Amino acid sequence: MHDGAGAPINVGHLRRARRERILSWVMPIVLLTVAVCLWEFLVRYHEIPKYLIPAPSLIAETLVRDFPSLMASSWFTVKLTFLSLALAIVGGVLLGALFALSRPVELSLFPFAVILQVTPVVAIAPLILIYVDSTFAALLICAWIVAFFPILTNTVVGLRSADHNLRDLFTMYRATPWQRLRYLLAPSALPYFMAALRVAGGLALIGAVVAEFVAGTAGQHTGLASRIIESSFRSEIPRMFAALFLVSLLGIVIFILTSWASHRVLGHWHESEIRGEH
Amino acid sequence: MSGDPIITMDRVSKEFGDVLAVDDMSMSIREGEFVTLLGPSGCGKSTALKMVAGFLPLTAGEIRITPPKGDAEHDLGFVFQEPTLMPWASVFDNVYLPLQLAGVRRGDGESRVRDALKEVGLSRFARSYPRQLSGGMKMRVSIARALVTRPRILLMDEPFAALDEMTRSKLNNDLIQLADFHGLTVVFVTHSVFESVYLSTRVIVMAARPGRLAADMRLDAPWPRGEDYRTSPEFTAEARRISETLKGTLHVDEIDH
Repeated sequence: MHDGAGAPINVGHLRRARRERILSWVMPIVLLTVAVCLWEFLVRYHEIPKYLIPAPSLIAETLVRDFPSLMASSWFTVKLTFLSLALAIVGGVLLGALFALSRPVELSLFPFAVILQVTPVVAIAPLILIYVDSTFAALLICAWIVAFFPILTNTVVGLRSADHNLRDLFTMYRATPWQRLRYLLAPSALPYFMAALRVAGGLALIGAVVAEFVAGTAGQHTGLASRIIESSFRSEIPRMFAALFLVSLLGIVIFILTSWASHRVLGHWHESEIRGEH
Repeated sequence: MSGDPIITMDRVSKEFGDVLAVDDMSMSIREGEFVTLLGPSGCGKSTALKMVAGFLPLTAGEIRITPPKGDAEHDLGFVFQEPTLMPWASVFDNVYLPLQLAGVRRGDGESRVRDALKEVGLSRFARSYPRQLSGGMKMRVSIARALVTRPRILLMDEPFAALDEMTRSKLNNDLIQLADFHGLTVVFVTHSVFESVYLSTRVIVMAARPGRLAADMRLDAPWPRGEDYRTSPEFTAEARRISETLKGTLHVDEIDH
């Protein structure tokens, strides 16, 4: 009765895949190390003053020396970024579901979403800072505006992407609206949502940093962007680099987290997460 | 072996905009019949089937399905041209779906899902995902899903058209056995004369522009049939008879297709 058993396991193929996986980690690390060493060497060899380009060793030293203040700022930026991302997910998915279910709602509200998206956040931020008392809340709104849109649009497209024959089948079996959403529309939308999440994660960080730049350095409880501006005023270039390093690090962590989440959710079935098995 | 009428189409028409896809079609299918709807593309055979399934509203007329016996979660099973499986769900969960939608708990439905998978020869693949299966195996999952509610009627829309010849004839044989075993009434859409002659006890030939019923022919060869029927003189004679009828309904510009 069976047509076609599993293909025989190709040992050479597996070995090649494993080597590629290792290389994908080793190569960037090696290259990064070489680049940092080269940087260190060039700065020392040409005796470039530290207020122009500081050596990596000095940046590391600054990181350790200013650890308490930099950590407090990092924590502020982390909180801001992840909270705005979380709110963007909630808002984007809820509004996206509403759009997908009701055409009139989509037609009437979509222009507002577009206006929010196309207006640069730098341009609205000063107004938001005036109208909202709490600086944290104002920054949160700015970051949310930037991260929210891709989640909204992808959720709408994703919820509409379910296979038409499967929809018919659900109708034939008299699925309730909740069953249709839970077992058909939501899983169909998941690949689109995960793609949006990866974009929105990066955007939330950009939104958080840009908004803080506009807000300027006010108060003690401020984020990494404020440390960068502050250090720039004081010409503390190594500290600028140290803060910049932490911002990049945060961006990388967000990227890894969202990629990992995407792989966890889609890995067993979606083409985008299945690497060359056939 | 045919009993009371189970599907009745009464003067059914379907328009898509200005196009008359099905024109004034009436027929009655009896319990236990294996009926194929045969015709060129655009003759409305799939449209007719989808109206029986309730996927498409009728423009005019009426379709009646006699009341269910009550022991099935659903009276109809439907198999599409593509396997139409949920790629995120395992083979087991795909077959469980109709029971799930009927509110049957997983534990209660499990043995029936296993039975359905066993009937199509896929017991070992319950935990696989659709992408790991061949085209023929996916189609078997699709058939298992249609049968899991123990329906009396199985509707199939060119289910084997995309498969290779070997897989196709094997699935034809298995389908006959399943239909015989469960006493199913099958309505099977195809554009293959040979497939219709091999499978069915009755062929309804449809013509295009507008889509309509052109001929209603009985196939008297003993049923259920086996592989030896394929090479018998009766098979060839029936195929010629159906073929000629079909040709008579074609427009001049369709004959070369």
